[in-house]
Order: sequence, then structure tokens, then C-alpha cells
Amino acid sequence: MVEEMVEEGGTTERLLIPRILAGEREFFHELIRPYERGAFVLAFAILRNHQDAEEAVQQAMLNIFSRLAQLDDVDKFKQWAMRVVENEAKMYRRKRRQNLYESIDASNSDPGEEKTFRPRQFADWRELPSDIVEQGEVRKAIWKVLGELPDIYREVFVLRDMQHLDVAETAQVLGIGQSAVKTRLHRARLMMRESLTPMFAKPKRSIWERWKGMNPWLAAKR
Amino acid sequence: MVSCKTVIANLTNYLDGDVAPEMRQKIEKHLRGCHRCTAVYDSTRKMLVITGDERIFEIPAGFSERLHAFLDTTISRM
Repeated sequence: MVEEMVEEGGTTERLLIPRILAGEREFFHELIRPYERGAFVLAFAILRNHQDAEEAVQQAMLNIFSRLAQLDDVDKFKQWAMRVVENEAKMYRRKRRQNLYESIDASNSDPGEEKTFRPRQFADWRELPSDIVEQGEVRKAIWKVLGELPDIYREVFVLRDMQHLDVAETAQVLGIGQSAVKTRLHRARLMMRESLTPMFAKPKRSIWERWKGMNPWLAAKR
Repeated sequence: MVSCKTVIANLTNYLDGDVAPEMRQKIEKHLRGCHRCTAVYDSTRKMLVITGDERIFEIPAGFSERLHAFLDTTISRM
């Protein structure tokens, strides 16, 4: 039924939101379905724990439902919803820190933000097969490196380079300017790349192999 | 000729197709002759293919079902 309505024109959100607000609550499930994966990823990037991320998303979705009437531009539902998820995950993290007496590290800001990031790893990366993302160790490495980024870089990276939001949408979710999105994304990419290079670099050739390559007689024999 | 510093500083905008044509040409010319910048460019591009692949997210089994069940029970009580 929803598909039929969409074909008639307009975004799904435009059709669903007024009906939900008018009391047809069952449509809320359809409204959030396209965004639940993204919401989980965003929450997980902040909380780094499956169970916490899941609870934060549940609470965030409930908040979205109860505050739906406050959304002023229906076409910006995605950005607005992601912002609610982001805030809920951060709140959850604050609560967790208070409970566990975790120290609040300086990950909300970066003292070196104004300085230019200079790459130090220049090794070539090997060709990566497309199913490499299904390897457990690769996923783990990406999440680990992502988890080590200061918040301001991680959130931009997750929204832009994992969830494929555009610069304007990312700026709206985070409540920052578009130029800040670009500079933070740039630094995030360079930092990620720097940390991942040892894992994905081409294996170095041994002295013997290099010598063999230079020796015309041995090279011809191969 | 642009410097390595300029190329690296513009790398994100270049990858995102967000540089003026003139700058794009300068960057491409530089990349052809600079192994280090090419390594940074090429590895960043490869990294973005991995991180942009939605299979990189491992969503816990049953996540969606639990979410909708939770919403059903809480929303009906509201």
C-alpha cells in the first residue's frame, strides 16, 4: 500500500508523517525502516558496544515518535532523525561513564585541529577484493581505527563515508557549518588511512626478489 | 606546478569532485609525477570503497525484530 502511494509522487516521508500524526501509528514502522541500519551504525560508532547501541537506537526511535510533531520540514526527516539518534547515543554514553566512573577523555575535541595533518605512511596498498569487507579481521580493524578517532572526526566520517549523506545533510545532522564538515572529513580520512596502511600495504619484496628482478639472466628464466 | 602540501590539502575535495577544473588539472599533473602523493590518493580511494560498503556493518541478528517489537509495546501504551 505504501509503495503504491509513493509511486503517485512525493517522498515516503511526506505521505507517512501526516498519517502517523493523524493517529495511524502503525505507519511509524514503515517510516523508520529505511533508517534503522544507519541509526545502529551511528550509535555503534559512538558507543562501541552492540547492546548499548541497540538500546540507544530503541530509545532514539521512541523519541522520534514522540517528537514527530516538532519536525518542521518533512523533507529533512532523515537528518533530523539521525540527529536524535546521535544525541541519544551521546547521552547514553554520558550515563554509562557516570555509572562506571569512566573518565571523560578529551575525545570531544582535538587540540591539533588547527594544524595540518601530514601523512607519514606512503606504502602502496595492495588490490583489495570486493569481498574483503566480509572478513572479520578487516571489519574489526576498521571499527577499531574508527573508535580511536576523536568524536568530531568520527561522526563526520560515519555520516559522509559510511552512510553516504552529502555535505549539507551532514552539516544539518551535526549542527555545524559545511566548511567544518569538509575540513573534519579531510582529517578523518587521512587519520584513518594512516592507521590502516600497515594492514593493507603491499607486502615488501625481499632483497633476493628485488635482486632477481634486476638480474636480466634470472628475470629471463622466470 | 602545485606542491605535495597543496595536493594533500585538496585531496578530500578532489576525491569528492569538489575542486575547480584548473586545480583538478594541476593535481592530476602532480599525481602523475609524484609517487608519494599517488600512494596517499590511491590508498584513500581504496579505503573509501571498503568503508562505504554497507557489508562492513555487522548488525546483530534480530535487531530489527526487537526494535519493532519494542516500539509496538511502548507506543501502544502511550
